[in-house]
Amino acid sequence: MSAPGSALRAGSDPYHIGHAPSAGVPEYTGHGAGGPAPKRIVVGYGFWIFILSDVILFSCFFATYTVLIDARNGGPGPRELFDLHNTAIETACLLASSFACGMTSLAVARQNLLWTEIFLALTGALGLAFIGLEAHEFFGLVARGDGPTRSAFLTAFFALVGCHGAHVTAGLLWLGTMMAQFPAKGFKQTIRHRYLCFSLFWHALDIIWIGIFTVVYLIGTITP
Amino acid sequence: MTLLGKLTWQAIPLQEPLPLYSGLAVVVIMLAVAAWVLAKGYLPYLWREWITSVDHKRIGVMYCILAGVMLLRGFIDAIMMRTQQAMAYNAPGFLPPSHFDQVFSAHGTIMIFFVAMPFVIGLMNVVVPLQLGVRDVAFPTLNSVSFWLTAAGALLVNLSLVIGQFDRTGWLPYPPLSELRYSPGVGVDYYCWALQISGIGTLMTGINFVTTILKLRAPGMHYTRMPMFCWTALASNLLIVAAFPVLTATLAMLLLDRYVGFHFFTDTGGGNSMMFMNLIWAWGHPEVYILALPAFGIYSEVVSTFSNKPLFGYRSMIYATMAICIISFMVWLHHFFTMGAGADVNSIFGIASMIIAVPTGVKIFNWLFTMYGGYVRFSTPMLWSIGFIVTFAIGGMTGVLLAVPPADFQLHNSLFLVAHFHNVIIGAVLFGVFAGYIYWFPKAFGFTLDERLGKWAFWLWLIGFWVAWGPGYVVGLEGMTRRLQHYDVAEWRPWLLVAEAGVFIILLGIIAQIAQIVVSVRTREQRRDVTGDPWDGRNLEWSTASPPPSFNFAVLPDVTDQEPYWDMKARAREIGQLTRPEPQYEPIHMPRNTPTGFVTAFFAVITGFALIWHIWWLVLLGLLGAYATFVVFAWRDHDEELIPAEEVARLDRANRAARAAALAHRQLRRESQLESRE
Repeated sequence: MSAPGSALRAGSDPYHIGHAPSAGVPEYTGHGAGGPAPKRIVVGYGFWIFILSDVILFSCFFATYTVLIDARNGGPGPRELFDLHNTAIETACLLASSFACGMTSLAVARQNLLWTEIFLALTGALGLAFIGLEAHEFFGLVARGDGPTRSAFLTAFFALVGCHGAHVTAGLLWLGTMMAQFPAKGFKQTIRHRYLCFSLFWHALDIIWIGIFTVVYLIGTITP
Repeated sequence: MTLLGKLTWQAIPLQEPLPLYSGLAVVVIMLAVAAWVLAKGYLPYLWREWITSVDHKRIGVMYCILAGVMLLRGFIDAIMMRTQQAMAYNAPGFLPPSHFDQVFSAHGTIMIFFVAMPFVIGLMNVVVPLQLGVRDVAFPTLNSVSFWLTAAGALLVNLSLVIGQFDRTGWLPYPPLSELRYSPGVGVDYYCWALQISGIGTLMTGINFVTTILKLRAPGMHYTRMPMFCWTALASNLLIVAAFPVLTATLAMLLLDRYVGFHFFTDTGGGNSMMFMNLIWAWGHPEVYILALPAFGIYSEVVSTFSNKPLFGYRSMIYATMAICIISFMVWLHHFFTMGAGADVNSIFGIASMIIAVPTGVKIFNWLFTMYGGYVRFSTPMLWSIGFIVTFAIGGMTGVLLAVPPADFQLHNSLFLVAHFHNVIIGAVLFGVFAGYIYWFPKAFGFTLDERLGKWAFWLWLIGFWVAWGPGYVVGLEGMTRRLQHYDVAEWRPWLLVAEAGVFIILLGIIAQIAQIVVSVRTREQRRDVTGDPWDGRNLEWSTASPPPSFNFAVLPDVTDQEPYWDMKARAREIGQLTRPEPQYEPIHMPRNTPTGFVTAFFAVITGFALIWHIWWLVLLGLLGAYATFVVFAWRDHDEELIPAEEVARLDRANRAARAAALAHRQLRRESQLESRE
């Protein structure tokens, strides 16, 4: 407990996350009543809201997958189709990529261009490996005649996993743009804000993948 | 595969005179407007000040203009439908079935997505940052992108009039009818791509406004000091963020079915068409409240201002708003009780649907008690509000009737249902945005609208609405189903003739509205709002000049009360001068205008059109263009411009002088009143 008037008022954020004092605004109470929040907070917060909306988009595909999982139209089910080895390598790639992305954040915080570029390249390479493995799995299934048009179950599978893959691909495009922007523009505030959003996006895709890994691959192969 | 995909000369409806001529008329009018703009040399001004503007007030005005123009288009569809049903008793009428089906589909799509949505979002754009006491929304450029993507969607829907055809499956494309097997044409594709593009715009608006309201408020503006309109805008935008991704996902699934042979909703391959109903209404029911809640916010502002009283039960109003926000996600199944989910499921959703009427009822009583004991001024915004309370209460009660599953089994897809949702959407949303645009018009443009024509418009609309849709309840109970191109039941005929008369009374109301704007613009010099506070308002939007400077506030206001401006005025009257001494003016950074939004929308239209007609190289080109726009935008160095302190001082001193004069005038009047009493 702290006395009124001290730096820590009731309901305030003791860690001052995002409540760095800005010009003309004496203090923040933690409920935005102290005036407009600084740009970094606004950008990060807005992007969080976007990520939440994206999670809802994925939830629709998860829901359709669970509804259609038994609608196999005489075709194969998860146990016949999925190879957990491939999925394990995919998962490892994506998680390692997220780790590299975290390292990039540290390099960006230190404004070290060389390490920023190295870790961004590593993030991208691991992401690319993930996409390559996923494409390999998809083409293999289609080649065997088990493409998305085979049954409603496969439709839902390809849509859910493919939607995640499309997000990773878009993320790679964004990552390439960021790799060009750091050397061209330096560690400007706007560029660092943009990187903050990218890292949020990249980590969020990991969380979605954990959902896919569990619901599609793990539960799919252990239940009869 | 050819160079132009599915697009051939057959797409132009040369054999069907009605769509051809109406389409050509639209094209001619658009070309005439473009020629007039060019000839008068307005294009550079429009480009500089409007098309590339990232100012929330300008974007808001453009949203409202888009909505107004689309309202005319949607209303022409309404006249055509009413006229068809008035004529088509044992007769073919003047619209063949394929055309009639397009008309009712286009009417619903346009009225919801391109009238109600942009109107509500437009008013939020104009008002919310002003009410919060800040200079702009969180992401001004994104705001411009949102608007132009909405306009791009509207353009695609209207292109279908001349090139190809529109969707014939109703305003929601229910499968399996909307699947490729039963709807092989481009109609459903026009619908889906137009809504995907404008839906992305709406989602970004939602993100933008949630961030603005939660993170950008004037110092001292606690949650429990936010104006009611900001609260409802917050609720509405939270719903947008939570519901619009569902629409995007659902339409994406339908498109995958149609374009690459997936089996989400098909009747072959194990698809499940009822999954579409569940998904689309998981978006669709919150959508109703995305539209209605901001309208409730407008009524709260209007009723309190014109009753000269604070809003009754401010906190209960917040609870009611947020309760509706949450419960709106728990009622979607009442749109298809007849799916056969079973008595238990239907009962739960029926009860939830009835429960949502409770917070809505709380709101109605709050408005009534705000008026009670107040000094009520019957200006046009107030008339619309009172008309709303009566109309909406009746529409809400028919909704509760429909929430009873056994009753719904009888009334499902009848005209009773259609009358119900017109009763609530016209009665709540449309009346609300009409009240709102008259109320905030002087803020946006600096002069008030003509009251006499405004009152004509109100009475014609109110009477016209009831004459047009009262009969809908009757024929609905007599068993008439919706979307009938012709019929042979003699009992329905007189009612449909009455409804036809009603639609023309509404037409007179719309003419009165147009006349009101034209007359007011012509006589604007006599109706200037010099004080910036024409209605004796209570919230911060009335504390700036009309129209406000681009930066809204020279110095961000200090909020110490739930009705900040009313509080400021009261204190100023007490001390006999303005509450704040002249501040130290500082230069202000404002975001620079950018064509990013317009260019993005340009490529979105190209991509959408190419996707509809399967012109794959053009799809690629459009996507590349959109990515290039993104990179160019990301590369720019100067995204802000500086407004010098002298300019800020000049504008703010003028506003302060006007307010001081108004205060002195008021003191003088009070003193003379006191003297005459003595």
